[in-house]
Amino acid sequence: MAYSKPTFKEQYENFIGGEWVAPKSGEYFDNTSPVDGEVLTRIPRSNEEDVELAVSAAKKAFETYKNTSVIEKSTMLNKVADAIEANLERLAVAETLDNGKTVRETLNADLPLVVDHFRYFASVIRGESGSVSDLDQDTVSQEITEPYGVVAQIIPWNFPLLMAAWKLAPALAAGNCIVMKPASATPMSILLLMEVIQDVLPKGAINIINGAGGKIGKALSTHPDVKKVGFTGETTTGQLIMQYATENIIPSTLELGGKSPNIFFESIMDADDEFFDKAIEGLVLFAFNSGEVCTCPSRALIQESIYEPFMKRVLERVEKITQDNPLDPNNMMGAQASVSQKEKILEYIKIGKEEGAELLIGGEEYSSKTFPNGNYIKPTIFKGHNKMRIFQEEIFGPVLAVTTFKDEEEALEIANDTVYGLGSGVWSRDAHQLHKASRGIQAGRVWVNCYHMYPSHASFGGYKKSGIGRETHMMMLNSYRHTKNILTSYSKNAMGFF
Amino acid sequence: MEVKRVDVTPEACEIIEKLKKEHGELVFNQSGGCCDGTAPMCYAKDDFYVPSRNVKLGEICGCEFFIDKDQFEYFKHSHITIDVKKETAFGNSFSLEIDLGYQFLTISRIFTDEEYRNLEDAK
Repeated sequence: MAYSKPTFKEQYENFIGGEWVAPKSGEYFDNTSPVDGEVLTRIPRSNEEDVELAVSAAKKAFETYKNTSVIEKSTMLNKVADAIEANLERLAVAETLDNGKTVRETLNADLPLVVDHFRYFASVIRGESGSVSDLDQDTVSQEITEPYGVVAQIIPWNFPLLMAAWKLAPALAAGNCIVMKPASATPMSILLLMEVIQDVLPKGAINIINGAGGKIGKALSTHPDVKKVGFTGETTTGQLIMQYATENIIPSTLELGGKSPNIFFESIMDADDEFFDKAIEGLVLFAFNSGEVCTCPSRALIQESIYEPFMKRVLERVEKITQDNPLDPNNMMGAQASVSQKEKILEYIKIGKEEGAELLIGGEEYSSKTFPNGNYIKPTIFKGHNKMRIFQEEIFGPVLAVTTFKDEEEALEIANDTVYGLGSGVWSRDAHQLHKASRGIQAGRVWVNCYHMYPSHASFGGYKKSGIGRETHMMMLNSYRHTKNILTSYSKNAMGFF
Repeated sequence: MEVKRVDVTPEACEIIEKLKKEHGELVFNQSGGCCDGTAPMCYAKDDFYVPSRNVKLGEICGCEFFIDKDQFEYFKHSHITIDVKKETAFGNSFSLEIDLGYQFLTISRIFTDEEYRNLEDAK
């Protein structure tokens, strides 16, 4: 049974210092749903003045928040998780309307992972400690951590709430106050989330400002009171952010693109069993989130000895993908996030055909019976070779590029022939092969006999041009704080130099 | 006659001229990856340090257009046209046209053999 479309406020404001604040410009833009092409609400168009306001609210909040005890922070993060969980269905439906992804995914993946992320960081900060070393009989060295202060976070539109949680939870747990800029394709769900958690948070601990990155991104990244920038997005803006970060000598972490290889060795077909079924799904996961995932397994590398029979089974599974109404939990694939995204994907389908890749399935728009004005594309598979543009550029849509390999060596050579190194997958029944391949792939995440799992306690991030730094896992705490060394001498004697 | 690697539509040029009035000289860089990847990014010329190993594909409306060297390897067989679309559902890049409610797009086609022989040099 499909969810019906709820109504939302006609207009939202920025969330600054715990209050809903109109943008200084007085201007707003329409937030359109990719599900049906209708306007959902209106969102502030902020400028440099709003950045100033948000940063100063975060700075003020930090003066108190930095002294908040671990117990209080942990309790607060758990309350955030509880509040989200209590509103899970409503937020999941809003996320679907904002981004276009199916409720099947928002109810079962996005929102539960958001809740878990806050609980994870609530728990790990209770169990961690600094270190103390007796360097000699009278000298004690303490390594302690202190939060940066105000941090800026700029998030993408593909998992609006989950990417917000990935950045907010560790930054808050580490003791920082935040100014976040959501992607303007998907600004609404995070504002609904703030309504749900605003009473639990200290005023100014999280501030949300909306608008164009070109207008407010520079002001935010170069602000002298901003002590760190976290960004998820494309490579050139990533470079620009690193460049801005040099102005105040602050760190930046960047989660950029990917063109992730998913390698299928011949032993997967040694039996037609549960594991083989899992491997088929493992390939079809290119259509997860309509392909709009930086780790999308968008290059399938299949051992040539099994290519024909494996692909036959894969195509049968792809044909069964249902696609019509993202608000129906039985529906498997949703809308692309915007009209321009849909056009970009169609452009790549055209390039694939022009380059001479063989189209195996899909390759065109899907016309939804329920929502004829939404942005839908059929799951698409091309067969070609790794030098083609569709194998090298991130399409960010449900378009898979498939090629074959002879042996392990060639599989790794193709897998690593890319500028990116974010996700990857290896499928085999041979433990030695799994080990060799997973160590040989140059990527921050290797899924072995699985794909697209995102537990909180597993680090995530890129090699090569996929970025710098990691997200998820408690190691993230140190991405949001300084290390301070307190070196104490208990000796009463002078050093003797002067 | 030399064949250009990058062209621009009159509609895109109109937006570029508008942006020049607000930001001065501009520079383009073809981005890659993630949500807004493989789209042209437009920044103020003074703002963006062009990486020394970037390749210059050409100029559009008097603005230099660059691409990462590794990415160029896969683009060198494609002619690209920079177009623009009205779009409020923009992403999180810092490209300047977004504030005007537009988004630049890269439209590609593969060069013919004849064109490929007469291509202008990328630098």
